[in-house]
Amino acid sequence: MKKYKHYVFALLGVSLLLAGCGNQNGESSSNGALSSSAAEKVYVAPGEQDEYYAFLSGGYSGNLTVYGLPSGRMFKEIPVFSQFPTSGYGYSEETKPMLNTSFGFVPWDDAHHPDISQTNGELDGRWVFINGNNTPRIARISLSTFETEEIIEVPNSAGNHSSSFITENTEYVVAGTRFSVPVPQRDMPINEYKGNFKGALSFISVAPDNGRLNLEFQLLMPGFNYDLSHPGRGKSHGWFFFTTYNTEEANSLMEVNSSQNDKDFIAAINWKKIEEYVKNGGGTKIPANYAHNVYDDHNHTGTSTMKKEVLTVDPTKVPGAVFFLPTPKSPHGCDVDPTGQYIIGNGKLSADLTVHSFDKMIAAIEGEKFDGEAYGIPILKFEDVLAGTVKSGGLGPLHTEFDGKGNAYTTFFISSEVVKWKLDTWEVIDRKPTFYSVGHIMIPGGNSRKPFGKYAVAMNKITKDRYLPTGPEMEHSAQIYDISGEKMELIYDFPTHGEPHYAAGCPAELLAPKSKKIYRLTDNKHEFATISPNDARVERNGKEVHIYMSTIRSHFTPDNIEGIKVGDKVYFHITNHEQDFDVPHGFSIIGQNTSELLVMPGQTKTSIWEPKKVGVWPFYCTDFCSALHQEMQGYVRVSPANSDIELSWSLGE
Amino acid sequence: MKKASILMIIGPLFLLGLYAFPLWNIMLGAPQYPEPLGMNIHIDGIRDVNEFDLQNIDGLNHYIGMRKLPKPEEMWEFSAFPIVIGGMVILGLVIGILGFFKKVGYQWFMGWFVLMSILGVLGMYDFNAWMVDYGTNLDPNAIMKLSNPDGTPMSYKPPLFGHAKMLNFDVTSLPSTGAWMMFTGMMLILAAFFLGWKTRKSKEIEKP
Repeated sequence: MKKYKHYVFALLGVSLLLAGCGNQNGESSSNGALSSSAAEKVYVAPGEQDEYYAFLSGGYSGNLTVYGLPSGRMFKEIPVFSQFPTSGYGYSEETKPMLNTSFGFVPWDDAHHPDISQTNGELDGRWVFINGNNTPRIARISLSTFETEEIIEVPNSAGNHSSSFITENTEYVVAGTRFSVPVPQRDMPINEYKGNFKGALSFISVAPDNGRLNLEFQLLMPGFNYDLSHPGRGKSHGWFFFTTYNTEEANSLMEVNSSQNDKDFIAAINWKKIEEYVKNGGGTKIPANYAHNVYDDHNHTGTSTMKKEVLTVDPTKVPGAVFFLPTPKSPHGCDVDPTGQYIIGNGKLSADLTVHSFDKMIAAIEGEKFDGEAYGIPILKFEDVLAGTVKSGGLGPLHTEFDGKGNAYTTFFISSEVVKWKLDTWEVIDRKPTFYSVGHIMIPGGNSRKPFGKYAVAMNKITKDRYLPTGPEMEHSAQIYDISGEKMELIYDFPTHGEPHYAAGCPAELLAPKSKKIYRLTDNKHEFATISPNDARVERNGKEVHIYMSTIRSHFTPDNIEGIKVGDKVYFHITNHEQDFDVPHGFSIIGQNTSELLVMPGQTKTSIWEPKKVGVWPFYCTDFCSALHQEMQGYVRVSPANSDIELSWSLGE
Repeated sequence: MKKASILMIIGPLFLLGLYAFPLWNIMLGAPQYPEPLGMNIHIDGIRDVNEFDLQNIDGLNHYIGMRKLPKPEEMWEFSAFPIVIGGMVILGLVIGILGFFKKVGYQWFMGWFVLMSILGVLGMYDFNAWMVDYGTNLDPNAIMKLSNPDGTPMSYKPPLFGHAKMLNFDVTSLPSTGAWMMFTGMMLILAAFFLGWKTRKSKEIEKP
């Protein structure tokens, strides 16, 4: 970024300083100069662009939001699991199949953890994955179109929480179940949970060329709750680690009953071993029913296929593949440092962080130093795998990210702070408050072998007092810390949409140059595309009417349509003929029971309208496209059901 | 005369660049078009600088009633120019080769140069006339009708050479690679003429 007008910063700095007085450890009162540089650090002047993309999960909004760092400006909301009237996602005929599941059309989910694809443990910027927690699903989003391209449902799973994390060459994206459930589902007493419910950890492969997902195998684990996970990297590549809680296998009043054991586990899974077992014919195929939805941006159309079978693996059948590492107490976050040596389990009910050593774990496994077993899975001795403990004095450690310089940053939910500590020595270097109740933290690439340790973004659950009030509910707040120095510095607050859990970030230069600007009309393979305005037409097939329409600044072709009858099902197949960056056209018609459509340049989308009333009804473009946008409109004449008016259409007559 | 003839042979070959590179380039930039729209004028048609520029220029121009940019088949120039240039290349080569074998004198070199210059000026005149027509012969039903402060209808003729401000656009019109190659070729021929003239002169001096 360039140099800017310093007076502005001084003013901004003073206002920050005033606002910050009294709740920033009293440091700010003597740090006028520092405060003014905070404003400078996040200021991205008009015409300048941010250094990083940040992808924040939308939580209960079901979507993924794209922000710039350090400005905190929101660029886009990418619809993933939720219907999105802004673009017609989940309303248009092409995107409805994306939200199909074995439960039918489920137009919402609880999106938690995005993860960017990697090659050799470094971000490669091809795709970002995210999980739907409620109706278990994994989505793959293209990072050239920034659109959801694929969603796979995860059978035998419930509360798809410990996902969607990927291995270091994007071999697999995992989907671990938070809730254990009967597998297969059946009618049985809830209080017979213990010993009968299973926790499915699903390994979904990603095709290297086009990203296509396939559920390769499911590991049926004991009936604990599988909370979060991370892949090994570097030396621990080939392993996956899952935190668990409720090793008590309680089924009621969980807040008490699942918090009785002093230690729960991190499950260490050697997925390469299981992969080998499966490739040699191991595992059991069981009937299943789950949706696999794929969107193709050549025909601009999604298709949903139901899959009928899944391969399950009993972990006790693959010796040496699964171990439990005892970890105090109800660990939540599970994070692996960039070298792959340390596995950090944060006990959400404890004050300390527990760090396990991969090397010690391997030594303990080779020495067969077990401390009993759980459902046939060996439990390693706590002391044998422990690398160290971070005595932090905070409360409720949750999640850890890394800066690539040997430091780790852990969020503390209960004491609302970020704590910076040093790997190997376990000493606390710095701590800064967050406002308030921080969940995840994200450093661009902080979940890979190559973090970009300049900024950390803390995602807070509660926002009170940070912004002007907006009634009882406010958007959540994220906070940006400059972590380039020894001490962290809080430099910015920004609101986030939904309830962001985790986030993923990467340098802008990785994505910006390959971001798609238009769809080529000549490559449009949509079944109902109108490639030339001369092909615009209206066809009747019984009670179905198909309108093949094209748009260009500033008119629809055709714009007058007659011969539609009450009770018809009218399909508007609209093709946008623009070939100019960021010039979509919208389409909406009065009385439509879905949403408008936003059709990108070169794209075709279809919307259904079922006219219920006789009359002459207008339609118009919803996206301000040109100086003549207001004139971009047309009429449909709707006649009585028994009318014999011929179909006709015209433009400029 | 041999050296001069070699130059006379090389010179016309530079004109072949016109088959690969644009003759002229017109760029339209504005603050809201950080990546300017542009057209490259080749001897056989108008092409985009960046893909879809022509479509987008037409999209803008339709507000003020300008016609769509012509396709190659819509202007006789785009089929005639390649033939004329080809003819001039062949003519130049023939003169050069004949000069090499001393069948023609260096005056022919100048003859070629003068002919080429006349054709060039005619070409520029034609190009300018086309732009005048294109920028002033507007659709009477145009959506926007703008007039100059004196009440005369505004002209949207791009400059023949250099920069002009047209509404919110900065329009720059400059010769492009093909034209520079043609210019280089013509300079070589001019050099061939002078070289021929000089050797002739020195020979005349030697004679007595």
